[in-house]
Amino acid sequence: MKRVVITGMGTITALGKDVDTLWNNIKAGNCGISKVEKFDTEGYTCKVAAEIKDFDPAEFMDKRAAKRMDRFTQFAVAAAKQAVEMSGVKVDEEDENRIGVILGSGIGGIETFEQQCNVLRDKGPGRVSPFFIPMQIPNMAAGQIAIEYGIKGVNHVVVSACASGTDAVGEAFRNIKHGYSDVVITGGAEAPITPLSFAGFCSMKAMSTTEDPSRASIPFSEERNGFVMGEGAGILVLEELEHAKARGANIIAEVTGYGATDDAYHITAPADGGEGAARAMKLAIEESGIEPEAVDYVNAHGTSTEYNDKFETMAIKTVFGSNAYNLAVSSTKSMTGHLLGAAGGVEAIITALALRDGFLPPTIGLQNPSEDLDLDYVPNHGREQEMVYALSNTLGFGGHNAVIALKRYEG
Amino acid sequence: MFERVREVLADQLGLEENEIKPESKLKDDLGADSLDMVELIMAMEEEFDVEIPDEEAQNIRTVEDAVNYVEQYETK
Repeated sequence: MKRVVITGMGTITALGKDVDTLWNNIKAGNCGISKVEKFDTEGYTCKVAAEIKDFDPAEFMDKRAAKRMDRFTQFAVAAAKQAVEMSGVKVDEEDENRIGVILGSGIGGIETFEQQCNVLRDKGPGRVSPFFIPMQIPNMAAGQIAIEYGIKGVNHVVVSACASGTDAVGEAFRNIKHGYSDVVITGGAEAPITPLSFAGFCSMKAMSTTEDPSRASIPFSEERNGFVMGEGAGILVLEELEHAKARGANIIAEVTGYGATDDAYHITAPADGGEGAARAMKLAIEESGIEPEAVDYVNAHGTSTEYNDKFETMAIKTVFGSNAYNLAVSSTKSMTGHLLGAAGGVEAIITALALRDGFLPPTIGLQNPSEDLDLDYVPNHGREQEMVYALSNTLGFGGHNAVIALKRYEG
Repeated sequence: MFERVREVLADQLGLEENEIKPESKLKDDLGADSLDMVELIMAMEEEFDVEIPDEEAQNIRTVEDAVNYVEQYETK
């Protein structure tokens, strides 16, 4: 079995359009949530999101290429560009058949979908764009990255709602671990802040109705009342260790395990006690060849919904026993919002940086924790701490539970 | 008329207007692929309130062809 490391990262989020800006904002405990400006939220129960106000695709790609992409694909391509540059991988100097792209997206080109539904209704079928389908399909983000770089190996998109990004990283990890590829570009992309998508999540009562942006995404707090939607992409370059060493790559962290399970319980509600999430964490720990006590930090799914935070905390206690009180657990969604299928990509990046720099990212806005939520959630202020192993959890509608284990790179 | 057609083409193909000349070939010079062609025809139909049947659309190869087609229709 091969060892797998992270050699490049790129991101587009409300907290920054590059990794350094994102990480500095996370360390400082800044919140990327604000009032939705993209459309009028009159009549919507939710008014805030981690919306990216100033994204210009022309900064990252050809204007004409951008015009043929939905916003989620533009995010993916922009973040991939940063990640590939950071990694230093030159596709034309490699075997392009041993480089792949495995991304995650929950709902793909929903903005394009909505726009074209309106065209169909207002102007009839003859006016629906020939680009509707190629812009809408979730796999196009991976397809466009392949076209951009001439990457000819494995290429697909994992769809498992809010677990998509982590499932993608896990699949990319396994693909390299089992020898199929040398390099896989992975992570997630999502652009869900659209009138129809927003209305759908509002109707589910899944999103926070708090209008104060600083009090809306407050994971583990007593007064939490739903998640706050975010948009963007988090893309990583995973690489086989010896391949990375041979070209003198800068190694950020190691990926050591992946666990994927399903609750088989309910379409949107998590299973009692987070039993599916607990099984996924155990699998990721087992694949890493370690005992649970070796884990120092869990980047929680921590959505700020009543059930997620309660059951995820119970799941952590199931896996770690009394040691649950010795490890740090934080939800960076308190700052980034919930990027749905991109969350796993962005949080893998944050977790890798936490290990590299020995810095625990905080859960901000944690003023009044629920009584039964009694772990060390790194409240309000991040802190320096040496760490070796960390987990990144993401849990999705459909009962999908995906967890990756990362390790500080030690050669 | 050329200016109006040019505007539609620039918008649809993401080009600068000065890149588009009457003799420009839509596919070879302006890089339009088969999907772009479908969308271009739709955009022209919309802009000039004309209907361009598929068999006629196939004959539109240059910017000038497009201008002529629209002019011919408008003078009818």
